[in-house]
Amino acid sequence: MRQGRWRCAGPVGRAGVARAGVARAGVTLAAGVALAGVALAAGLALAAAGGGPGTLPAATPASPRPRLVVGAKRFTESAVLAEVMAQLVERHLGVEVERRFNLAGTDICFGALVNGAIDLYVEYSGTALRSLLGDQRRLAAAPALAAVRAGLERRFGVALLAPFGFDNSYALAMRRDRAFELGITQLSDLGRHRLRFGFSHEFVGRADGLAGLRQRYALQVAQLVELDHDLAYRALDEAAIDVLDAYGTDAKLSGERLLVLADDLGFFPPYEGVPLVRREALRRFPGLESTLALIAGRIDTDTMRRLNAEVEGLGRTPANVATRLLLRLGLTDVTMGRDVRPRGLLGLLLARRGITLRLAGQHLLLTGLATLLACLIGVPLGLVAARRARVASLALGVVGVLQTVPSLALLAFMLPLFGIGTRPAIVALLIYGLLPIVRNTIAGLRAVEPRLLEVGRGLGMTPAQLLRRVELPLAVPVILAGIRTAAVISVGTATLAAFIGAGGLGEPIVSGLSMNDFRLVLSGALPAALLALVLDGALWALERLATPRGLRLAAARSRR
Amino acid sequence: MPPMIEFWRVSKRFEGRCALDELSLSVARGTTLALVGPSGSGKTTTLKLINRLVAPDTGAVLFQGQDLRQLDPVALRRRIGYVVQDAALFPHLTAGENVAVVPRLLGWPPARLRARVEELFAWVDLPATEFASRYPAELSGGQSQRVALARALAADPDVVLMDEPFSALDTINRRRLEGQFLAIKRQLWKTIVLVTHNLGEAFRLADQVAVLAEGRLQQLGTPEEVREDPGNALVGDLLRSLPGFET
Repeated sequence: MRQGRWRCAGPVGRAGVARAGVARAGVTLAAGVALAGVALAAGLALAAAGGGPGTLPAATPASPRPRLVVGAKRFTESAVLAEVMAQLVERHLGVEVERRFNLAGTDICFGALVNGAIDLYVEYSGTALRSLLGDQRRLAAAPALAAVRAGLERRFGVALLAPFGFDNSYALAMRRDRAFELGITQLSDLGRHRLRFGFSHEFVGRADGLAGLRQRYALQVAQLVELDHDLAYRALDEAAIDVLDAYGTDAKLSGERLLVLADDLGFFPPYEGVPLVRREALRRFPGLESTLALIAGRIDTDTMRRLNAEVEGLGRTPANVATRLLLRLGLTDVTMGRDVRPRGLLGLLLARRGITLRLAGQHLLLTGLATLLACLIGVPLGLVAARRARVASLALGVVGVLQTVPSLALLAFMLPLFGIGTRPAIVALLIYGLLPIVRNTIAGLRAVEPRLLEVGRGLGMTPAQLLRRVELPLAVPVILAGIRTAAVISVGTATLAAFIGAGGLGEPIVSGLSMNDFRLVLSGALPAALLALVLDGALWALERLATPRGLRLAAARSRR
Repeated sequence: MPPMIEFWRVSKRFEGRCALDELSLSVARGTTLALVGPSGSGKTTTLKLINRLVAPDTGAVLFQGQDLRQLDPVALRRRIGYVVQDAALFPHLTAGENVAVVPRLLGWPPARLRARVEELFAWVDLPATEFASRYPAELSGGQSQRVALARALAADPDVVLMDEPFSALDTINRRRLEGQFLAIKRQLWKTIVLVTHNLGEAFRLADQVAVLAEGRLQQLGTPEEVREDPGNALVGDLLRSLPGFET
């Protein structure tokens, strides 16, 4: 890379025939492909500089020591319980624990468990029964647990450990004033009014969610908005919706403003929190089951709601809340430091600068590696496609379709192939990077004047020489512009990589959304935006540097 | 010694339209043949048949007595210089690098390359110290065309093909380049095929003039023969319609 830059900027020989002249073609291309490598190197450096164990999960490289990988879905309760389990294992079993939190949804989490990307996470009995086992029977708590235990063991080799002791069934809630106005206190009152419902995607999609509820309670839906729980609370607050679905242990339900409607017909099935563990992990870590049994039955629904509120209301980290709980239960003797987040945005940004730096390093690493790989695939593909119209339309078609796949869906597709973590995130990002790179490579090559190609051939250049000495140097600025577009898009998309545990600046964004902490969201979003701007500027400069001087002069002349 | 270039009843169609119809002619070593005729008469196609940018449908093109199809096109082209209208210099290379393109392809050592480039710039009357490091965007039309001429001559080819090389230039530059062309031709004893629609140019520069119309050879002769005695009425009309006839 250093040599490449030197060559590009270097002087041309006295008579203008110094080697650098024609060699420049190859060098500029090398510079082009290597520019993603700059981001990569910077990412590595930053990741190393950030160093140290942070409070947020990291996609750290594998270590030789056996480690237990604890996963969590991307909401507070899942993270708190995962922390409780992780800290128990660390303190009582002396096993190193890797945390893969903020995984997006049941499918991704369970998929990760089954394919071994994680060893352990907290699921709910009702979810396991219906979504994982496809068993639609309405069962009471104990038979449900038994059915889940047997089914998961037989079909997936997954063990269900003793439940924590709380039931986080679905609940519907309204603003207290609105409920009072309409005279609604229980679910069977809902049928008398046409209401606006704000339900989570998961709730809408499940048989034991909206579909069953609608039938059971004869709901009249004036409007149905699908949105995240976190956003639903805000919408309810602003009276944009009348009713939302919630989990029974939501911290936000404890406030005075909201009313949880009684499930008077007993529609919602039990959702007991239970650890799911891979059989294989139980073999690998003897004592794991008995260690986790220390916490069994010790967190009831009230306690769980309070733990959630400690994170979401008091601004403590899940790790801190977990340690406090273990202290109260006498399961740890670690003394606590203060771990309440500073209040102001600036204070938070300052306090998190080390973490932010490390996450920015991960982020750059993800985008750099993805862009580099996208170049290695996209540029050659573009070179072939520029010569063959049919390859071009096929390649652009396929790459274009891939581009339209929503990022979360694409990340979900990656799961069975690559598990969770950095690898699937890089693959997904590289797929998004392909379109601009392939398209610009084709466009750049096609924009080369046919006259110049004919003269090149007429002077005796082989197709390869023509490509290297004429087509590529002339197309390099356009190709680099495509790579720049891909890199900048990648910085934005990489924030979603946090959903599959790949780390990066998406971590605080996802955590902040789930904890309703918008300062935390900004502590990821602002550096990400800054990173995109800086990268864009750097690549723009490189693009100029790699543009042959003769082309810059020609452009300047045509402007005159 | 066989003629440098021979056409044996060469025909070529493009998308059904006849570009050349049974063209036969030959160019002797060291002579200049001018191909004249209105646009669409097949002049440029004839030229590109020689360096195999176009392949004949029927008939054969021979190079020093050998069918072109038996020769490697890349090696052939490196022995044939090529100049096109408005120069078509590679914009990302300096003038010097443009001139050095073919010698580089041939793998000349740097010292020989440098000496050659300076020699060529001298031939086309451009001081190498001033012009070799300039980019095409920094050259005038006349200067560009002279660099293109130097580029075509760089590897000392046996044959030089020129497609309307002077037509984009003003009269002064054209006359100047024609002078250089004649000087080079005398010094270097090249076989040159020149496409032009300017009769005056053809008469001044060529040893033989071939008049083409509608893909057919109408007349082949020295400038004097063609000027004094047009072979048929069509040639007469044609000559009167082309610019430069009065000169």
